[in-house]
Amino acid sequence: MIELDTGFGDDAAVIRPQGRLTMVTAPQLRSLVLHAVEEQRVRVVVDLSQTEFMDSSGLGALIAGLKATRQAGGDLRIACMGPQVATIIQLANLDRVLRPYDSVAEALQ
Amino acid sequence: MTERPAAGLRSRLPSRLTLIRVTAVLAAITGINYLVWRWLDSINWSAAWIALPLVLAETYSLIDTFFFGATMWRLRERGEPPPPAPDATVDVFITTYNEPVDLVMDTARAAHRIRFPHLTWVLDDGDRAEMRAAAEAAGIGYLTRSADWADRPRHAKAGNLNNALFATQGEFLLILDADQVPLPAILDRTLGYFTDPRVAIVQTPQYFVNVEDHDPLGCQSPLFYGPIQQGKDGWNAAFFCGSNAVLRRDALMQLGVVGYVKAVQTAVGDALRAAGSVVAKARTQARTYGPGAVMALDGVGNAVRQARAELRSGVPVALITQDFQERVDLASRGMVASDLEALKADLAELAELESLPLEADHDVGAMVVDEAALDRLADREWSPLGALEEVRALVRAVDVDLDSEAQPIMPVATISVTEDMTTAMRLHALGWRSVYHHEILAHGLAPESLATMLGQRLRWAQGTIQVFFKENPLTKPGLSLGQRTMYFATMWSYLCGFAAVVYIACPVLWVLFDVRPVQGVSGGFMVRLIPYLLCTQAMFLAVGYGIKTWRGQQYSLALFPLWIRACVTVVGNVYFGRKLGFVVTPKVREERREFPWRLIWPQLVAIGALATAAVVAILRLVFGWTAEPGAILINLVWMVYDLVVLSVIIEAARYQGPPTEEKTA
Repeated sequence: MIELDTGFGDDAAVIRPQGRLTMVTAPQLRSLVLHAVEEQRVRVVVDLSQTEFMDSSGLGALIAGLKATRQAGGDLRIACMGPQVATIIQLANLDRVLRPYDSVAEALQ
Repeated sequence: MTERPAAGLRSRLPSRLTLIRVTAVLAAITGINYLVWRWLDSINWSAAWIALPLVLAETYSLIDTFFFGATMWRLRERGEPPPPAPDATVDVFITTYNEPVDLVMDTARAAHRIRFPHLTWVLDDGDRAEMRAAAEAAGIGYLTRSADWADRPRHAKAGNLNNALFATQGEFLLILDADQVPLPAILDRTLGYFTDPRVAIVQTPQYFVNVEDHDPLGCQSPLFYGPIQQGKDGWNAAFFCGSNAVLRRDALMQLGVVGYVKAVQTAVGDALRAAGSVVAKARTQARTYGPGAVMALDGVGNAVRQARAELRSGVPVALITQDFQERVDLASRGMVASDLEALKADLAELAELESLPLEADHDVGAMVVDEAALDRLADREWSPLGALEEVRALVRAVDVDLDSEAQPIMPVATISVTEDMTTAMRLHALGWRSVYHHEILAHGLAPESLATMLGQRLRWAQGTIQVFFKENPLTKPGLSLGQRTMYFATMWSYLCGFAAVVYIACPVLWVLFDVRPVQGVSGGFMVRLIPYLLCTQAMFLAVGYGIKTWRGQQYSLALFPLWIRACVTVVGNVYFGRKLGFVVTPKVREERREFPWRLIWPQLVAIGALATAAVVAILRLVFGWTAEPGAILINLVWMVYDLVVLSVIIEAARYQGPPTEEKTA
């Protein structure tokens, strides 16, 4: 289950994956980001506060989203990650590319 | 025909392994004994030009024997596989580019019939309408490259697989070449290994049904898909061979993410370095454009230095590039309008400028920084504004979205023409395990002509050597000592072409021109050489008992020009940017052809020289034209052995394919 929240301005979107973000749900995250970009919502924040588990496919979807938003002149940021997600992001060195933000508001600035 | 090699062998393993180890130790001891004598006591320094190459070739061979012994030391026969987890989800990928639709569909339908629940996909890199229609008519999934790949490096088969990874979502992937028809049990027999969460790859043998018993082209590789893979498996280094293997998606994706991060850091680092040179060059001319230009360039120069420092200290790249672009924008705003007017001409020139010093490597399609273009860029005369534009474009090109690539994530390695070996090695380096399951679970088609076979071998050899230069297993972090040895051993074996030339030339030179690379042939030579040869052969026998290994032995010598060409072309490619010049292996039979003189002339020259020298040797022995009949006799035996080995190439050249048995769809 992934929630798309567009209440943060015309050019922004907040995406909230709930539960497990894995190879099963990753394609959904990717298409949500693409959908947001198509609607000119190029500043995308992925709010991971309700994401209990993420696998490498989930990370892959984040990178694909980063590419899509950057190419449209925007950005994709991640916020509020829990300990499991933080671990997997560090294991893959992804924190060397994406900076994790503590809150959605901070990520939207 | 479809008997499983897996059973049967297991029970006699302990005694076989003991025998292998004993013979390996004996071969090593007798080998060192021989080689030490050769180096210290037998080199004929007055003919050093040939004496040194010979002793080096022999040293090469002894090291090869060590590696073989090390590979076999932990030979692992796995026997019955564990049962699969019932809820595992699987995608079956059939990769194709230009193979006939019927042939692909034979494989696809067989894949569809695999017993364990799965989805079957045809990955058509040729994007053919008739392939799509056939797959859809049979209810089989059809995938072709997404729009993202247009005008970007395609990365051949690796790219095809990477594209499909993002269009599917099974936990495991069975990868099949277009001509590898799977048996219904293939997943039942392999998925069980993944109940160990550390396992990323299960490889099964490649076995060819269109090969006759005497296998003149040496297509079956019973030694490789057998003891060698089992030996590597013992060191947790079983190779992924591109087809007939099951992979764990999560492991591949992890590889892709780690690789992405590394690629971004490298690319941004390179671009900043280039940007630094451009700014420095422009700065020397800046004064003529006024103080605004000087300030702007100094601002950008500072931004470059800051960004490089941040990159080194591990600040997230996304932040660095974003800040950097902003600082460059700010700096350019400092330039006054009058400056801009003066610089319009420069801008026009810039538009005609050759593109960025980043270009696709034509053979592997990877993005590489073109050092020469980079130097040219730094050497040009830069107007300040031109420099700023260039800097912006440079960093833009390699930003975190890796705009030059179709997908930011490339799980299957793209640095080499043999994507399989690199992918497995990277997985091993991340701590994943691989399994070799010794049971024929797919029936494939082998090349049926010498030309196709040579093309395929050349590609494998080039790919393997390329990996050595681009990701040396000896220094790659994360690999165990055993894994380093196993990968390096395979690369080492591809150097055999150089040794072969020496082994062929020496006896000829001796018999025809009395050039002696070795002193004391009548004395210590045989006493040391014979035990070494016997122990080596005993080791091969212990390993290869009941396996047809002779063809493999023949080809490792008989293809010497090909191995040399592979080494030379890869060095040319890696260090001088030359093309590799390989061909995609065609899977269909070509029409009958003439005797392929052109393909094998070096071997024919070698055979001619050996045969001439052999006749001369016999004459010298019969008529007593020598003071050392013993030495001539040894050379004669040596040359006869060479001739027998090389004869395979003539058999292969005359081969017209197996008796025709038209394949029907």
